[in-house]
Amino acid sequence: MFAELQTIPGPQVLWWALTPLLLLSGGGLLLLTLSSLRANLPRWVSTTWVIGISTAAFISLFPIWNRISEEGPRTFLADAVGIDHSSLFITGILILVVVATTLLSHSYLQREDLPEIELYVLLLLAAAGGIVMASANGLIVLFLGIEILSLATYVLAAYHLRRIESQEAALKYFILGAFASAFLLYGIALIYGATGSTNLVEINAWLSKNILFEDGLLLAGFAMLLAGLGFKVAAVPFHAWTPDVYQGAPSPVVGWMAAGVKAASFAALLRVFVSTFGSYSADWRPALAALAIASVLGGSIGAVVQKDVKRMLAYSSITHAGFLLIGVEAATERGTTATFTYLAIYAFLAVGSFAVISVLGHEGDNKHTLETYKGLGTRKPVLAGAFTVLLLAQAGVPFTSGFIAKFGVIAASVEARSWTPAIVAMLATAIAAFVYLRIIVSMYLSEPSQEGSVSVDLGSRIVIAVSAALTIVIGVFPSFLVDLANNAIPILVGG
Amino acid sequence: MEVTTTWYLVLAAALFTTGTVGVLIRRNPLVLFMCVELMLNAVTLTFVAFGSALGGLSGQMAVFFALVVAAAEVVIGLAIIVAIARRHPTTAIDDFSTLRG
Repeated sequence: MFAELQTIPGPQVLWWALTPLLLLSGGGLLLLTLSSLRANLPRWVSTTWVIGISTAAFISLFPIWNRISEEGPRTFLADAVGIDHSSLFITGILILVVVATTLLSHSYLQREDLPEIELYVLLLLAAAGGIVMASANGLIVLFLGIEILSLATYVLAAYHLRRIESQEAALKYFILGAFASAFLLYGIALIYGATGSTNLVEINAWLSKNILFEDGLLLAGFAMLLAGLGFKVAAVPFHAWTPDVYQGAPSPVVGWMAAGVKAASFAALLRVFVSTFGSYSADWRPALAALAIASVLGGSIGAVVQKDVKRMLAYSSITHAGFLLIGVEAATERGTTATFTYLAIYAFLAVGSFAVISVLGHEGDNKHTLETYKGLGTRKPVLAGAFTVLLLAQAGVPFTSGFIAKFGVIAASVEARSWTPAIVAMLATAIAAFVYLRIIVSMYLSEPSQEGSVSVDLGSRIVIAVSAALTIVIGVFPSFLVDLANNAIPILVGG
Repeated sequence: MEVTTTWYLVLAAALFTTGTVGVLIRRNPLVLFMCVELMLNAVTLTFVAFGSALGGLSGQMAVFFALVVAAAEVVIGLAIIVAIARRHPTTAIDDFSTLRG
């Protein structure tokens, strides 16, 4: 009896399921230590290190995926973390985006003469935060994941030391981000007050067992949570920061923001709203539909009046957030699958597009007007061709991956009988197409401008080529990705 | 008159609203920052109030995490503000308008 009292039971930890998370965060911290022990680490060492760590983490996903298939989703660490196929799917996207961002950053940092270690460390830690979000089984863990991801990303936005725009972007991102985090946390507190738990499984069980007559507290919690997450995914009306931050932040980092941060935030949104609050879907679906409609319209109309290509793509990322929200709003398995497919496809589109922008930004990372793109088709036909493919896919042209993505969410929405978002989305696609065509037209049909020569380094070449190739391959043979996403529906399990 | 949980919740809501309004109307980054901290502390109070009303430890536990996150946010936020203040000694948020469409 006495001996039993003395041992404090520690929570069970499934280390094998945490391998990718531990590799990324441990690899990041080790890199930081190494760089402080030895000044002037050659640039290729840190780049190789990050790519090696990420590759190892990506390979470790396969055995974990198989083990989860056999044993079913697992929860551990006192039910705080749950690993299922959806968390692994998002982890995979995040790792690929980290690799792409690293490849882009290598030459970018050299060109801009910026220190490289901190960017890689912050990137790895941000990815670790994203993985925590995608495998959170409790609202507090989810909040911690969001903060790890966001705090690292705020600093990444400020990374260009010599551009005041970069710091201005970081300040705006930080103030509004912290503001949104406070809303998110207040939402968590209210939901805790209403249901008596912060654990997703317990909340889900409680909500399906009890019918509330006075559910004001719970609904206020939903609203606050939605506002907080809406900020992270850049949905209208919480989008005001997006164009400024995308314009000011270093271009490779913007690729991470558009692809990585969005993927992690949507994973959280699906886990919390569709999987946990599913029995209250009648209450939150109209709010999500409103956000989705506002985002697809606001994003595509906002993009039309921009002159800066980075801002155009910022607004286009808002439109994509709207499409993704349509998939979430369906609140069905098909909607969830479509959202996951969209996230994977959009990750490649965003990374590829911002790779082109990063290359064309020239030294100083400030040549982003349409002027820079004039006559690119004759000056750099391959680069212009790849960018055209990526832009056409973002517009949703058939035989590109973007079509599969958009078709998926709209079909899911129609199946769930929410006609309005589906119809508005189709109209918005037409408006958004104008913007992408405008960039393409200026690349091919304008006289070449007298800009200096563009040199495309190896890292950017790989990223642009792979993302453009995947865009077409997934567009023609989508079944592989769709099958993978079909298996990736979040499943919450209690301990 | 007995002080019930509701009192604490109302106080927290009032603090949170004060912080929100502050963020929306003030223009100095440092003051904005203090307003955000006020909002986070209001949430902390909410957690404690609910925690003691519902019993159990998860409410109190959440407070620790919230405090750590708030501290980390202070570090990052001040670093960004200092980085900007070195170039622009007058830090009013309206002066930062290089980024626009």
